[in-house]
Amino acid sequence: MIHYLTAHRLAEMMGKGEISAREVVGLHLERIEELDQHLGAYITVEKDRALASAREADEKRRRGEKLSPLSGIPMALKDNICTEGIPTTCASKILENFIPPYSADVYERLQRAGCVLIGKANLDEFAMGSSTENSAFKITRNPWDEKRVPGGSSGGSAAAVAAGMAVFALGSDTGGSIRQPSAMCGVVGMKPTYGRVSRYGLVAFASSLDQIGPITRDVRDCALVLNHICGHDRRDSTSVDVEVPDFEKGLEQGIKGMRIGIPSEYFGEGIDRGVKERVQEAIKVLENLGAVCDEVSLPHTEYALPAYYIISSAEASSNLARYDGIRYGRRAEGYSDLVDMFVRTRSDGFGREVKRRIMLGTYALSSGYYDAYYKKAQQVRTLIKEDFDRVFEGCDIIVGPTTPTVAFRAGEKTDDPLQMYLSDVYTIPVNIAGLPALSVPCGFSEGLPVGLQFIGKPFAESTLLRAAYAYEQSTGFHKMHPQAKEASRDEI
Amino acid sequence: MKYETVIGLEIHAELATETKIFCGCTTRFGGEENTHCCPVCLGMPGVLPVLNRKVVEYAVKAGLATNCKINRFSKLDRKNYFYPDLPKAYQISQYDLPLCKEGYLEIKGDFGSKRIGITRIHIEEDAGKLLHDAEDGSTLVDYNRGGVPLIEIVSEPDMRSAEEARLYAEKIKSILEYTGVSDCRMQEGSLRFDVNLSVRPEGSSGLGTRTEIKNLNSFRALVNAIENESARQVKVLESGGEVVQETRKWDDVTGKNTSLRSKEEAHDYRYFPDPDLVPVVLDEEYIDRIKRELPELPDVRSRRYVEEWGLPEYDAGVITASLPLASFFEECVKEYGGDPKAVSNWVMGELMRMLNEKGIEADGIPFPATHLAGLLRLVDDGTISGSAAKRVFTEMFETGEQPKVLVERLGLSQISDEKVLTEVIKRVMDKNPKSVEDYRSGATKAMGFLVGQTMKETRGKANPALVNKILKQLLDE
Repeated sequence: MIHYLTAHRLAEMMGKGEISAREVVGLHLERIEELDQHLGAYITVEKDRALASAREADEKRRRGEKLSPLSGIPMALKDNICTEGIPTTCASKILENFIPPYSADVYERLQRAGCVLIGKANLDEFAMGSSTENSAFKITRNPWDEKRVPGGSSGGSAAAVAAGMAVFALGSDTGGSIRQPSAMCGVVGMKPTYGRVSRYGLVAFASSLDQIGPITRDVRDCALVLNHICGHDRRDSTSVDVEVPDFEKGLEQGIKGMRIGIPSEYFGEGIDRGVKERVQEAIKVLENLGAVCDEVSLPHTEYALPAYYIISSAEASSNLARYDGIRYGRRAEGYSDLVDMFVRTRSDGFGREVKRRIMLGTYALSSGYYDAYYKKAQQVRTLIKEDFDRVFEGCDIIVGPTTPTVAFRAGEKTDDPLQMYLSDVYTIPVNIAGLPALSVPCGFSEGLPVGLQFIGKPFAESTLLRAAYAYEQSTGFHKMHPQAKEASRDEI
Repeated sequence: MKYETVIGLEIHAELATETKIFCGCTTRFGGEENTHCCPVCLGMPGVLPVLNRKVVEYAVKAGLATNCKINRFSKLDRKNYFYPDLPKAYQISQYDLPLCKEGYLEIKGDFGSKRIGITRIHIEEDAGKLLHDAEDGSTLVDYNRGGVPLIEIVSEPDMRSAEEARLYAEKIKSILEYTGVSDCRMQEGSLRFDVNLSVRPEGSSGLGTRTEIKNLNSFRALVNAIENESARQVKVLESGGEVVQETRKWDDVTGKNTSLRSKEEAHDYRYFPDPDLVPVVLDEEYIDRIKRELPELPDVRSRRYVEEWGLPEYDAGVITASLPLASFFEECVKEYGGDPKAVSNWVMGELMRMLNEKGIEADGIPFPATHLAGLLRLVDDGTISGSAAKRVFTEMFETGEQPKVLVERLGLSQISDEKVLTEVIKRVMDKNPKSVEDYRSGATKAMGFLVGQTMKETRGKANPALVNKILKQLLDE
């Protein structure tokens, strides 16, 4: 099954002439045609453009040009990543017809690597949500169980990779939006250290938390994509100018003697039994691989969620103020004056969840409330960072569940935002502290994938990848795919 | 009851950088609408601001030149409000940690010398410009100015009259010009004033309720608005009313001063640190370097003119207030080599009169300083008379031509040939025997008449000193 192959395996095959980029891209396009009507992972599919760039990749190979391992590989980009000349909607009515005249830094880098953009993936409107049900255009279904959500907000990206409709995808992670859907769709997803990947061209939700990262079929692919999207970008002042190592190197070094912290707060109230068991089994596997696992404490974990909703909503209320109907995007009709135009445009253009967050954030920043909310939340942020700093004095990485539950049913939490927010309770502290973290599949509960989260020190992505790779190779959950899950392994 | 006016100023100055504060677009004035723009200054989705280093440098320069303390750690904040000229619906500015704080400068006037405190100087971006179409009632936006860097200089409420406010504003302008921080082109709106004003019974120390008058862009508007608003507030109080805290608008054309919005309608700007930008951290070395690079400032230059060149303090103050004027003056003095006061007389007199008359700023003097120096030398060596020199000057201002060329063209060179003059004077004496007789019988007043006749005969070209000398000789014979 070609559509479940990894990028590194496909690169090998293309190198040997066993398959062409044209064929790989063609197969994925067929797969999209066959499945996506139902799954709803894509907002835009760029068929002609994808085939043209696949042909270009084949042509380069024929001419003997030096190619990156991602050359000719079909990918999906979350539809909040700007792509010059291609609609970038953020799954919002307000940007329904927006075609950016510029590209995100990550897209430019991946284009240089020869990647083929196959389409723009669905998301919760402006990346606000945990189920991809907040898209203004369509819901995305979980390929493992179509009655279930794929997680969110990068649900389209994760579902596309899980269902074989893209070899890899990029998502954005503000409070878990890469890791949570990756866990729920049984794929690998990483949020790099804040500042590792340029945010230039990522439509901002919460600027101090947003980070772009890869969603892939295995850990090696994660390293490969990371190799191509990381690096300093002068257009993003928060992009950090640090050396980018070859993330693939050292992947196989093993984890003998690695000190792993297991935070007790991540196994408390609210976690499903099945998820807890899978994660505990995974910890055993890590120990068997030579890691030293110890219980640690991150005492301020419970304050992360409220602090997150204040900080992220405050930033969002300001970031989303530019959608006023003046310069681009949707403008309401039939307005009577300027203020009426603003009000109508934004009332019609934004969905419920986005409005909820704008109101929340506006309130938190308002004069007289700033100290009690925004400032307090920033103080909590410092405490959470200090929690991690303290724990990392005694261990190399932290391991725990990615989400408290497996994928929930569509519609189950749409009327209960607080329940929905709790889905990100283990991923949010990582964004608040700006750390790198990744989720890998670690088995199933109720027949649905469970994710294991690895959290690292700032810029220690290599360590995370090494640990995750060791775990993945000794278990093989990454080779299990929806529909074919009983077969457990495919043989290519 | 007598009232005292209390005034504080907020001065916005566009910085003289080549490019905008957060992107590479040009800051050039004018240009076709919306051509000096890019996704960043248009606030398109996903793009990010990157702070222009030059902006920080210029703001620090302005701070050091106004005796401010420089914050080693400063940050940028978002000021949130909706308006079509503000592409992101927030202005990137500085809230609680501005680049510069706690400065002052001295103003001088009839009241003597006075220190005006400067609360802070911060950096921020300018907004675009709305263009209202009177015909169809539509409004268009031009974002060329959006993202042009500004500094806002906030004073303490230390001024007590329109005169003091004007002197302070002029001093700020000249400092910004001297340091090259801003070109202060008032007609292009690159220097704008907001006035905070209250009145209180003379002798009281509390502050009255203040109003703010926004966006004044000339010294004349500043003075008129202050006088008008001060009188308005006094009138309100005297008729038993209360001043309402509000923002007001001054129309310089109609002289109308109207309410724009009340305190209740004031925006809640919801300031918070801009997460797209990193804090500005400055070290001692950086600040020292800028300090060293500061040019001679107007006060120092003025003192030099007084102490080294013997200029009256008043002259030195007026000339040094404007950098282009001072540069012109100084070049002229050096070129001329004679008494600086002679140059100052011309600059303060004819030159400033012409500039005022034509509404030209000092950076637009239509001839080089060497021309004026040449003109002064022509007077000194007797080629032309003082009054002829004024004619030449006027002509020079119009055409920009060399004074020598103009003297020729206008036929203004003096007759200094004693033989020629003696003949003319003899002729005049022959024609006016009565006057000659009067003089010789003691009515020396008659000599004036004869000088006048000689000048008339030579159509004003006779060297007056020589005419006097020769005439006296002939009469006394």
